[in-house]
Amino acid sequence: MNGGETPLAHAMRVVVPVLVGVAFLAVWEAIVHFGEVRPFVLPAPSAIWASLTLNFGSLMASLWVTLRVTLMAFLLAAAGGIGLAILFSQSRRIEMALFPYAVALQVTPVVAIAPLILIWVGYDRIELAVLILAWIVAFFPILSNTTLGLRSADHNLRDLFRLYGASRWQILTELQLPSALPYILAGMKISGGLALIGAVVAEFVAGSGTGTGLAWRIVEAGYRLDIPRMFAALFLLSGLGIAIFFSLTWLEHLLLRRWHESAVRREF
Amino acid sequence: MNSIDAPKRPPLLTLSGVAKTYGSGTLALRDVDAEIRQGDFVSLVGPSGCGKSTLLRIIAGLIAPTAGGIRWATPDGARPADIGFVFQDATLMPWASVLDNVHLPLKLRGVARDKARPQLMDALDRVGLADFAGAFPRELSGGMKMRVSLARALVTAPPVLLMDEPFAALDEFTREKLDDDLLELWRSQRWTVIFVTHSIYESVYLSERVLVMGARPGRVLDAVAIDASHPRGPAFRRSHGYVDQCAAVSAALREGALP
Repeated sequence: MNGGETPLAHAMRVVVPVLVGVAFLAVWEAIVHFGEVRPFVLPAPSAIWASLTLNFGSLMASLWVTLRVTLMAFLLAAAGGIGLAILFSQSRRIEMALFPYAVALQVTPVVAIAPLILIWVGYDRIELAVLILAWIVAFFPILSNTTLGLRSADHNLRDLFRLYGASRWQILTELQLPSALPYILAGMKISGGLALIGAVVAEFVAGSGTGTGLAWRIVEAGYRLDIPRMFAALFLLSGLGIAIFFSLTWLEHLLLRRWHESAVRREF
Repeated sequence: MNSIDAPKRPPLLTLSGVAKTYGSGTLALRDVDAEIRQGDFVSLVGPSGCGKSTLLRIIAGLIAPTAGGIRWATPDGARPADIGFVFQDATLMPWASVLDNVHLPLKLRGVARDKARPQLMDALDRVGLADFAGAFPRELSGGMKMRVSLARALVTAPPVLLMDEPFAALDEFTREKLDDDLLELWRSQRWTVIFVTHSIYESVYLSERVLVMGARPGRVLDAVAIDASHPRGPAFRRSHGYVDQCAAVSAALREGALP
């Protein structure tokens, strides 16, 4: 049953990776310092930290831009993916007609569509274009996972619902959606990361002058050979990705811990 | 019919010429005629593939027969709205607590949980799980899950309970215990039970009447009336009468298996 871990084991799960990180940074610092590596090849962690504090304002503004676009894209992907999957589950015909196009949208590399979207949306509304591109990348895993989840409801339970005269709406809300929840959450975990990747790629493609997100900061710092600032933006970006991943893992744990095998800790 | 207290109870449902051919061309059932009386405990026993589960699902209205029909003793001849069904697996919603699982049939009819609570607790009490209302299915043993399933079937107080090999996946000890509990409930509720099993011993122990079925195509070979009083217990399992009647059902099964 739900024994969980000892407090010590739990602490170790945090302490050990942190120690590894600190050791890594120390070795890095030492190599740069004693090996006299030039800062535009590899800056020392201390230089990256200095750049981060020096450019704190502009980097945070960029972080906010990227975070906002990523979150919006993710939420719209979740709403669109789940909504479309529900529509598919209600009508085989709609699924048959639309699913191939959802796949086509997914397999077309987003970098290839980006210039087109940018032209359509216009360079004066770059953020909207980036949002659309991030959404295109993020929505498919949620759609396909939810579609699978809605279909995976136990057929005996479905018979039972029919026996008790359940309506389609009741079958959807009381049976299909709860059955699909683990699948939806797994899809969301994939999509969270993809939304960030989509936002970054879209910012790269959107190019000079107009972009203000973190990805653009990296390109810009590269042009100026300001490598410490490039690293600072990179660290913020991966920090953002990690934060998204852990938030979704936490959400999953919260929703599934009482009943789903994947979230239940065992002692044996 | 050697029924103990009511030799001639009114009929509950009549099956006439029921047949089922699946889309693949498989003839699952042929010409099934049977009458189930109110308060009966009838077992359908037979080898796998004899269509006993199919027949139960046709009675439940989950599958439509290809020929023949069922007539219920209701004013319009249709299936009563209240019907209990227990599957071989407990078939519980893993995301819902025991209480919420038992609430399901009432919830689907729009009865709120708080309003239904006395009824729910009563049903759980009758299967001996009142202390587990807040537990989740994965925290229960196989036998306990089956009891929850039984409580869910009880909660609407249906006039008829359909059971599809409900205890087949349980260990011998748990099965005998649940058999006794089921008989006890049947005696106190006076409902009708149609019980599918592949165990001759279980069918004789539980039933008033055993419908013996044969395979390829599925059909009813014989109806064996079980002559034994209630309550039945371990003593009945060891009695000569029990062994003889098991032999009679077994013989009827073997006869049907002959080419």
